[in-house]
Amino acid sequence: MKRARLQLILAFSLTGALAATVGCSGSNSPSSGGSAGLGPLTSNVQPITVNTGPAAGPPLNAPYIDGAFTSVTLCVPGSTTNCQTIGGILVDTGSSGLRVLSSVLTIPPLQQTGSNGAPVVECLPFVDGFTWGPVQSVDMTIAGEHANSLPIQVIGSPNFSNIPASCSSSGPPENDLLSLGANGIVGVGSFAQDCGTACTLNDASNPGLYYTCPNTGCQITAESLANQVQNPVALFASDNNGVILELPSVSGSETSVSGSLIFGIGTQSNNALGSATVYTIDSTSGNFTTVYHGTTYTDASFIDSGSNAIYFLDTNTTGFPVCTDANFWYCPSSTQSLSATNQGANGATGSVDFVVGNADTLTANAANAAVNGLAGPNSGSFDWGLPFFFGRSVYTAIEGRSTPGGVGPYWAF
Amino acid sequence: MNTRLFPFIFAMLSVAFPFPLSASLGDDAKSVQADQAKMLGTLQTTSADSYVVHEIQTPTGVAVKEYVSPAGKVFAVTWRGSFHPDLRQLLGAYFDQYSQAVDAQRAQRRGHGPLLIQQRRLVVQITGHMRSFLGKAYLPQMMPAGFHVEDLR
Repeated sequence: MKRARLQLILAFSLTGALAATVGCSGSNSPSSGGSAGLGPLTSNVQPITVNTGPAAGPPLNAPYIDGAFTSVTLCVPGSTTNCQTIGGILVDTGSSGLRVLSSVLTIPPLQQTGSNGAPVVECLPFVDGFTWGPVQSVDMTIAGEHANSLPIQVIGSPNFSNIPASCSSSGPPENDLLSLGANGIVGVGSFAQDCGTACTLNDASNPGLYYTCPNTGCQITAESLANQVQNPVALFASDNNGVILELPSVSGSETSVSGSLIFGIGTQSNNALGSATVYTIDSTSGNFTTVYHGTTYTDASFIDSGSNAIYFLDTNTTGFPVCTDANFWYCPSSTQSLSATNQGANGATGSVDFVVGNADTLTANAANAAVNGLAGPNSGSFDWGLPFFFGRSVYTAIEGRSTPGGVGPYWAF
Repeated sequence: MNTRLFPFIFAMLSVAFPFPLSASLGDDAKSVQADQAKMLGTLQTTSADSYVVHEIQTPTGVAVKEYVSPAGKVFAVTWRGSFHPDLRQLLGAYFDQYSQAVDAQRAQRRGHGPLLIQQRRLVVQITGHMRSFLGKAYLPQMMPAGFHVEDLR
């Protein structure tokens, strides 16, 4: 089953690559180039690859580790010819919305304007910095799915180079290829929008992610849910209730591995829940609970393909030393087999086996992008990063959307 | 309340709390009020054996705690909420040092993940994801005797 699917994905990625080289049709039609013997190609499967990413080569020479990359096709809204396909997009189940570096865009997306007629610009906080740039809309195609008039964030646009102090106060900027490590991020997490209700409010409780920027300077603005940067999956005509991220098992360090991002949960023959356990998550925080050796992370644990390791506890609790040259990774002398228990808000529980290897050894060859066993300390939360996805099918259901496993948000695996 | 009123309210609070509107971590206890004013928050104070905790609840739902030593210095801050607090305000003089350390760690990490800035004079730990952030920052050399890092919540 797994092998057949991998072959199918390979065939699909080849036809996709061919379609991309032929021109920017904007429609990665799955019907083109059907492969005899593999059955009909479904239109909801997007190939992904764990590789060193778009910053790996010169001049940056900054290879990514444990990041899943894919490509998206973007068109000027309403156009089927003014399009481009962009690779090197990081697949992130820990955020929602598409963000693309201005420097890789060759088409002009449509600028969103606020009530005062001025352009809308966003400041999006991540854990390790923020992205700043205008909110613009595109027609996005991924696999056979379309998200039309999708509001996205264009990062690092030279037209909006003055970053307000209220934005830059959330940390260092991640507005270029070096700091982002990707040409863009496609957030396919459990939230339908990146900010949600808080940003629609017209008072001091608005966290201030959205701005209008007339020539006189940027000011925080209220932004409706529909105008916010959207989880593109939520805008699909079908297969719009969530995603499955699948990666093969990885033993130690490998150059790269390929997997798939499948759209929809229980909407087609290839995305059924099967025997996966549904763990509902807190609708405000997007977290569930993990218990590890008596330490309980109540509503402080999460699954995040955008984190490049499994981050949990500290040296005192685990007994694993951190690496001498990298205090954010563990360096046990030999690979350790561990187990933790996850608890959904719905009471579902299940244990997860995982390994912690010596990060110095695992990362010694920078050409190896897919590394199982990469882990490090974390203060106050349990972060199931990309290595969690190796050898698993992980379902992320979008808030408020119905699925055969119940209404989102939830994770299932 | 309209967002256009922000500057006005800010000016009002600046008058109400005539304290320096910069620096917090490592600064005098009175900078807590400056933080509260900047964040438009409500303030609650509790005392422990060797320190005082000032808790600021911001209107954006972020809970900020500032730990003040017997010497009257803010030696630690923690926060929890759907969004970041104003870190430039909270980390004060240490913000630039923090930002540089983040850039260095991100490059060395070769990807994204929770932050663990561990320097001799400054420790900053930030974790979470979109709509759920958790952080703490402290100055090891300013911690009162007998204080344990585990007491930071």
